[in-house]
Amino acid sequence: MHGYAIMSAIKESSGDVLRADEGSLYPALHRMEENGWIRAEWVTKDTGRRARTYELTLMGKRQLADEESRWRAVTSAVNRVLRTV
Amino acid sequence: MSIWSRIANTFQSDRLSREIDEELQSHIEEAIAEHRDPTEARRALGSALLLREASRDLRLIAWLDSVRADAIFGWRQILKRKVTSAAAILSLALAIGACVAAFRLIDALLLRPLPVAGADRLYAVSFESPSAVDGTPVQYYSCSYPLFLRMRTDLRDRAEAIAVSYNGETDLTYGTDQDMEWVNLQYVSGWMFDMFRLRPAAGRLLHENDDVASGAHPYAVLSYDYWTRRFGRSPSAVGRTFRVGNDVYEIVGVAPAGFTGTETGWITDVFVPMAMKNPRTLASLNNFWLFTFLELKPGVGTGAVQEKLRATFHSIQEERRKVLPAMTQHDRERFWQEKLFLEPASSGLSNMQREYRQALAVLGLLVALVLAIGCANVANLMTAQASARAREMALRVAIGAGRLRLVQLVLVESAWLATLATAIGGIFAYWSAPLVAGMLHPRAYGARLNLPMDWRVLSFALLLACGVTFLFGLIPALRASAVKPVSALRGGEDPHWRGRLMRSLIALQVAFCFVVHLTAGLFVTTFERLSNQPAGFSSDRILNLEAVSSSPQSPVLWDQVMQHVRGMPGIEGAALIGWPLMSGESVIGNIAVNGAPPGNVFADFIMISPGWAELMRIPLLGGRDFRASDFNPGAAVVNQLFARQYFQGEDAVGKWFDRVDAAGGRSHYQIVGLIRDARSRDRLRWPIRPTVYVPFAAVDSAGALRPTGRGTIVVRTASQNPLALAAALRREVADARPGFRVRDVHTQMELNQNDTVRERLLAILASFFAGVALLLACIGLYGVLDYSVLQRRREIGISIAVGARTGDIVRRVSGQGFAMVLMGAVGGLAIGMASVRYVESLLYQVRLTDVSIVALPTLAILIGGLLAALPAVFRAARTDPAKMLRAE
Repeated sequence: MHGYAIMSAIKESSGDVLRADEGSLYPALHRMEENGWIRAEWVTKDTGRRARTYELTLMGKRQLADEESRWRAVTSAVNRVLRTV
Repeated sequence: MSIWSRIANTFQSDRLSREIDEELQSHIEEAIAEHRDPTEARRALGSALLLREASRDLRLIAWLDSVRADAIFGWRQILKRKVTSAAAILSLALAIGACVAAFRLIDALLLRPLPVAGADRLYAVSFESPSAVDGTPVQYYSCSYPLFLRMRTDLRDRAEAIAVSYNGETDLTYGTDQDMEWVNLQYVSGWMFDMFRLRPAAGRLLHENDDVASGAHPYAVLSYDYWTRRFGRSPSAVGRTFRVGNDVYEIVGVAPAGFTGTETGWITDVFVPMAMKNPRTLASLNNFWLFTFLELKPGVGTGAVQEKLRATFHSIQEERRKVLPAMTQHDRERFWQEKLFLEPASSGLSNMQREYRQALAVLGLLVALVLAIGCANVANLMTAQASARAREMALRVAIGAGRLRLVQLVLVESAWLATLATAIGGIFAYWSAPLVAGMLHPRAYGARLNLPMDWRVLSFALLLACGVTFLFGLIPALRASAVKPVSALRGGEDPHWRGRLMRSLIALQVAFCFVVHLTAGLFVTTFERLSNQPAGFSSDRILNLEAVSSSPQSPVLWDQVMQHVRGMPGIEGAALIGWPLMSGESVIGNIAVNGAPPGNVFADFIMISPGWAELMRIPLLGGRDFRASDFNPGAAVVNQLFARQYFQGEDAVGKWFDRVDAAGGRSHYQIVGLIRDARSRDRLRWPIRPTVYVPFAAVDSAGALRPTGRGTIVVRTASQNPLALAAALRREVADARPGFRVRDVHTQMELNQNDTVRERLLAILASFFAGVALLLACIGLYGVLDYSVLQRRREIGISIAVGARTGDIVRRVSGQGFAMVLMGAVGGLAIGMASVRYVESLLYQVRLTDVSIVALPTLAILIGGLLAALPAVFRAARTDPAKMLRAE
């Protein structure tokens, strides 16, 4: 998936609620690539132009699982706090 | 992404930028394809340049990228000013090359550890005693074998000891006597290789059981170097036999590559066990012929070992005292003043080290001064350029460059200069170091210094390049980074600090240059005074044929061989002598007159045949020359100093004296002739000594002629080049009588130069560096004066316009320069005065206060300064005010 598609996917799958800031998208992608979480590849599109597509690496998947569980822990904690108040 | 991909990205940063741009571009295109407004899409993405910078910094190493950029920029700067850069690089290269070459020599001779295990725990026994000649302390390493054995036993639990003889030029043969060849042969303790934990390159090495019974172990180990030279590393060399004298040795193996013995500066060819040395020498308490090395066990301190050894030495001295009953009071005092020391020997030991330690240190210092002069030149060049580049720097600061980045920019440029100079200097050092090493000891066969170019040399060169970069780059870099954009861009920056800095560097250069010139003057004068001393004999066309006979032969036969040579065409005259004059060999004897106890002054004893004095053109002052009927002991010819010393200048001819040997025995001599003083020893710094000439023909106590196995035939040839006859003379001696053969041939001129090898080397190298220093200092002065005229052209133009005379302009331009030169010269003289005592022991009959020593460098620097100033002065005087002011 290339950068623009990632941005659109976030927008769509969140039902327009989450919008990735276009300006910080690429530095973020490049940082993740630098950390080895995603891998980049140039592909040639039907239009003949090249696009840089990204996919998750094994390390990235592990990192994602970690972050997801941390997110779950935080949200459930926040939910509990909200419920008790 | 790994660090490697980041480094790779750094060196492909253009591609990286293109890729980031392309990705951002494709993002915009996607947006447009989704029917978004292009302007809006671009605005949403933000500044492409900023994004690119942020991503780039993530994916490469930012500082490395900046260094890369600076390196490219610096390279362009250097290319832009080809001539000045080349001059700077070449002068620096010469200085750096000289430094690296000096380091190679010093490292190879003095610093580099031997390639053996436990080199850091290796020590050697040394001695110090007052010299027999003038009482000054003399240091030496020589031990006797009994002393060594006793020391080894006494130290059993604290250290292992080995004995190693001095390298001896020996002739050996793999076939007949006609195929004799020179090798450097060394007697070593059989367990040396095991102590050093060395492994054979072929065959086996010697072991302790190869060094037990005297004469029972005729085994030899070759050095790798000799194996390569003589046998081309053929494995079949192992098992071959060779003959030295009457002993036949079998080659059992080859020592590992890199190990050339423990006598640094000499390359050993053949190692044989100690037990093969002649048994009389091995048993003698009074024969000092070997080094003792100790490998201390871990944790053992040197102090305790030295104490223990001193006790051993003392007890041996007590024993020696008993076999030397005939010592005078003076001898006895000297005898007990002899002292033992333990000194570190991790880089081996040799007399060459002792002789050259100080000389090499002084040369090292001289090249360091030359390097400092070269650095000052480049620093001035960079400073001058910094002023030209002040606007560029100011602009960089104005658009947000950090101070550190500017320092880096200038330093990287300096590093370029230093790196290029070091590379060229390295080539220079590669070529020059062996050249100088060859001059250390040109005559001796095995005297060669191993000069590897390895990581030690490489890291020194690298360190030097870094040091030099900071030395000449840091001040200009800091100055450049301190630029104030406002004033610089307005074009009115204060130029005075620059002039001050450059002028003080010039003063420093002149001071250093002066020091180098003073030192060179001292060395050249020393060499001249030493080598121009009157020898008292004529060396012109004299050739020494050092001959041996396969077994000792009667002096009559020796005389026949000499007569045979004398009859050859092209020979003016010939005579016999025990060994060549000035060859370093000498025999001294105690003299007693009228049956009195021997005096404190020794005399030299030289064996000569009738006609020798006339051949050497030493005039007879009284009495007569030897005749064929004179024998040793019996008749003697003495020199003037002898007559003065023992007969208070009375007519000595006809008088009698005794030669007293160590055991107290006396031989009786009558003086038959008196000849003029002539030098015989190679120590030119010592005065000529009282000398006794005795007949070559010796008789024993029963009056029978005593056969001898060696002698030197001295010939004076008719042709100017005596060596042209060497081959014919060799053949003639071999043909004259079977069993006689010439072992070595030397002209007298060559031998006379033996003791001035070090002085000649110092004189040549110091003069060379003095020349280089003067050249560099003049280039520096020229550059600075030229720059200052350029800086002040406005002022000069106005002065001329309002009527200043040429003389005033010249004075104004050159005045400051000459003040600096004068200050530098005075400073140099002061440094010279303060440091001359450190080189005193290398000098001979010369003082810093000699007029010529101070006048010559002053003159040289003044003339050099004048020449360097001329172009700038002309330029100033010819300034055309109209043209100049119009250009402004």
